[in-house]
Amino acid sequence: MTYHLEFSALLPYWQDLAWGLLFTIVLTVVSTAVGIAVGTLGASARTFGPAWLSGIVRVYVELIRNTPFIVQLFFIFFGLPALGLRLTETTAAFVAMVVNLGAYSTEIIRAGIEATPKGHIEAGVSLAMSRLEVLRYIVLRQAFAKIYPALSSQIVIVMLGSAVVSQISAPDLTYAANFIQSRNFRAFEVYFVVALIYLVLAIVLRYVLRVIGDRFVKVS
Amino acid sequence: MSDFSLWIIVKNLIWATQWTVILSLIAFVGGGIVGMILLFLRTSQVKWLEVPTKLYIEFFQGTPLLMQLFLFFFGVALFGIEVSPWMAAGLALTLWTSAFLTEIWRGCVEAVPKGQWEASASVAMSYIEQMRYVILPQAMRIAIAPTVGFSVQVIKGTALASIIGFVELTKAGTMLNNATFRPFLVYSLVALIYFCLCFPLSWFAKRLEGRLNVAR
Repeated sequence: MTYHLEFSALLPYWQDLAWGLLFTIVLTVVSTAVGIAVGTLGASARTFGPAWLSGIVRVYVELIRNTPFIVQLFFIFFGLPALGLRLTETTAAFVAMVVNLGAYSTEIIRAGIEATPKGHIEAGVSLAMSRLEVLRYIVLRQAFAKIYPALSSQIVIVMLGSAVVSQISAPDLTYAANFIQSRNFRAFEVYFVVALIYLVLAIVLRYVLRVIGDRFVKVS
Repeated sequence: MSDFSLWIIVKNLIWATQWTVILSLIAFVGGGIVGMILLFLRTSQVKWLEVPTKLYIEFFQGTPLLMQLFLFFFGVALFGIEVSPWMAAGLALTLWTSAFLTEIWRGCVEAVPKGQWEASASVAMSYIEQMRYVILPQAMRIAIAPTVGFSVQVIKGTALASIIGFVELTKAGTMLNNATFRPFLVYSLVALIYFCLCFPLSWFAKRLEGRLNVAR
């Protein structure tokens, strides 16, 4: 049996792909922003917070880092309604992404915070800066500059991992691929093209993150 | 609806865990072998070998693992080749793992001082001999911690095989949930089992990393 590749079979579905792509981009951007905010709070609590808070954050980070994203997603989407918390597919996808990236960025940012020289904090305190000011202008600023590359690659990994949200029928790029495949049965063409779209997205995302890093994060 | 006791759920999940472990081992060992071959190609300094290797790594690192699984499972079947979930999952995970391991190991090889290459070249060692006797033994010391760390990613990666119908831990969880309608319990247990598999490895990787820093 021979199979003839027919990529033009995708053309009628370009709008589905475009909407899926848009969803994936918005999902990535929003969960990156919120996830890093969670990570910053988590890392600050882990290093400067009271023991009980630091302990809770640690459990959160280890639980998320040592379980698959798809299980976290299923737990949030299928499991939480049992506790009376019912989320739509889209909300569940956003929440799962934030929870996931939050844990990873907590760990990454914490490494940056712990690398801050003690003398810098003491210098800040001696200039009558408040604890919050020291954290904001001295500790976090340097921490982010140090861990920015690690954080960037984690963001790309999370973007690629977001393909899994299609499994709870959140309408992302992979969901569009599955939909088109179920219509025209051109599985290889669809998944190949969508894989390439993800590849381009990953390359663009890396580039954008580098530009942002050069402009805003570097300590000159 | 049949009556499932907690014990039956746990027993089935533990039974399914063996397939998660087996698939992880296949992916890790297979990925290690392919990754080692790619490492030799990637560091060989031969242009026409390096470029395809780079593209291979870029593809498998830059696209979702789920998409790779779909390509192998649904895509390849169209060409008249029968693909079982076993084969698709094993193959996709192996190639995906190999791409990451190659990049991790390349970093370790590049961390070996240049002088080691020059010295071994000056005693007329071939490229293979240089790698075998001089570079790899030194690179391996640094490579252990990140490699163990990556094995956690492999175990978590196998969870995606559930989507193409491979019955491992996550798939068993979905099936049990469909039978029992107790998603909170089932997915908590599934997560707990993954945690028990992954946490010791994460902990071990971290400890190795710490020890290496002391040695430096």
